[in-house]
Amino acid sequence: MHPAPSLIAFTVLSGLGFGLIFWLGLGFPYGDGWIAATFCALAIGLTSAGLLSSLLHLGQPARFLKAFSQWRSSWLSREAVLVVATLLTFGLYGALWTFGIRVAPLGLAASLLALLTVQCTSMIYAQMRTVPRWRTPLTPAIFLLSALAGGALIAGHSAVAAWLLVALAAAQIADWQFGDRRFAGSGTTLATATGLGGFGTPRLLEPPHTGGNYLLREMVHVVGRAHASKLRVIGLALATLVPVGLIALFPVGHAVAGVTVASHVSGMIVLRWLFFAQAEHVVGLYYGRR
Amino acid sequence: MTSLPASTDRSLGLVIDLDTCVGCHACVISCKEWNTSQYGAPLSDIDAYGAEPEGTFLNRIHTFEAVPDAADAPPRVVHFPKSCLHCDDAPCVTVCPTGASYKRQEDGIVLVNEDDCIGCGLCAWACPYGAREMDQTAGIMKKCTLCVDRIYNENIPEQDRVPSCVRTCPAGARHFGDLADPASDVSILIADRGGFDLMPEQGTAPVNKYLPPREKVDLLAPLLDPVPETQGGFLGWLDRALTRL
Repeated sequence: MHPAPSLIAFTVLSGLGFGLIFWLGLGFPYGDGWIAATFCALAIGLTSAGLLSSLLHLGQPARFLKAFSQWRSSWLSREAVLVVATLLTFGLYGALWTFGIRVAPLGLAASLLALLTVQCTSMIYAQMRTVPRWRTPLTPAIFLLSALAGGALIAGHSAVAAWLLVALAAAQIADWQFGDRRFAGSGTTLATATGLGGFGTPRLLEPPHTGGNYLLREMVHVVGRAHASKLRVIGLALATLVPVGLIALFPVGHAVAGVTVASHVSGMIVLRWLFFAQAEHVVGLYYGRR
Repeated sequence: MTSLPASTDRSLGLVIDLDTCVGCHACVISCKEWNTSQYGAPLSDIDAYGAEPEGTFLNRIHTFEAVPDAADAPPRVVHFPKSCLHCDDAPCVTVCPTGASYKRQEDGIVLVNEDDCIGCGLCAWACPYGAREMDQTAGIMKKCTLCVDRIYNENIPEQDRVPSCVRTCPAGARHFGDLADPASDVSILIADRGGFDLMPEQGTAPVNKYLPPREKVDLLAPLLDPVPETQGGFLGWLDRALTRL
């Protein structure tokens, strides 16, 4: 799949934002007034930046309001509805908290809504039977763990963040282990795609067109996979190992926290790039590529 | 509503004969011509006269070869038209966040309401067949409409009230009809020839069916057998005599 910068920015930034909303909703970090206001503004800023970036992905961004209508059937629509519900709930909670009134049930509601939103985002990918690498419970697990870990890092909840990062690393490694075999395990081959298996081993003789097309650009992205194994190590180290090491070695402080968060976010960008770039869509079979 | 109908009154669709298709791409061109000039956004071309031309098409013809295991057996070359299969369990419909993508209850055709499409591209991701293409100029999703503006169109002659690709195919490789009606021509054809689904394991329950290539029957081969070296009768004697001379 094409690793669109707008989608990478959206999933990483909004993941961080909703993760931070989760911890703020539970009352972390403690402190009223400008501390609460700063953190709440940061969470809303991250989430909104992600959402604006997702609008860039649309062919007709001005019609985005229509996307709120199909929540009964579509994960993308559910995500849109939950994003607004989360931000409204959290906005009210944050505003009250700024003035020293922390309404715990309202915060808890915002926390739960934030988790549900991340779950819906991940299900947009995990539901795709056409992309076997994504179709696994590990996809929502990774999205939720990275959101929770990133949010905990920003909220300064270091000990919890370290454990969540370890869990994220484990889930990511498991996903790669199983994911590399999942396309073959899906049962979809050029033989089932063409029905020509009875005549021998099918292969593409002539593509339907000499130029490119939308399908090839969007779904048969093979550029950059050559460096995938190196990028996996780099991404995993920056996103999880370096932050865990920094948390373990250094006392809590703003400077260390800044480096930790920067490392985690850069690592997540690499991992999210791989999430798209390594995902193989079955339509590639018709073009003799994966 | 992008929920799928529980059942459809009819299942209009195509039956594509992989034995007969000669790979001429006439259906590609006629599809583009009809669908770029009729309802909705045109099917745009990008860099049409430049170095890297490309465009939006609703129907594309791949050519595959099936290589048999036996070393001396020749590969089987098959031209393979591919367009929307109007699936009964269409994943492109249920992922749509706006309700633009829908399957009609009355005839099973899967359509896009272009005024509601936000161009998120999720339906194209959900389709295993590559049947949907986002138009780069219009920013909305285009797909085969089964020429819904021809098949019910009383302003055109009755013989033209079939999809443009079917009407134009010079080899008769494309057939249109109600696949839910067991007495229809297309249903009989499917039963006779062993029509099959593409990627059945994807669970899309496609309406369109493909007919497999027939076993090779070469009518000309017996007539083209080489003349035997040894001949009897007068000509044989003459041949032998002249050879000895």
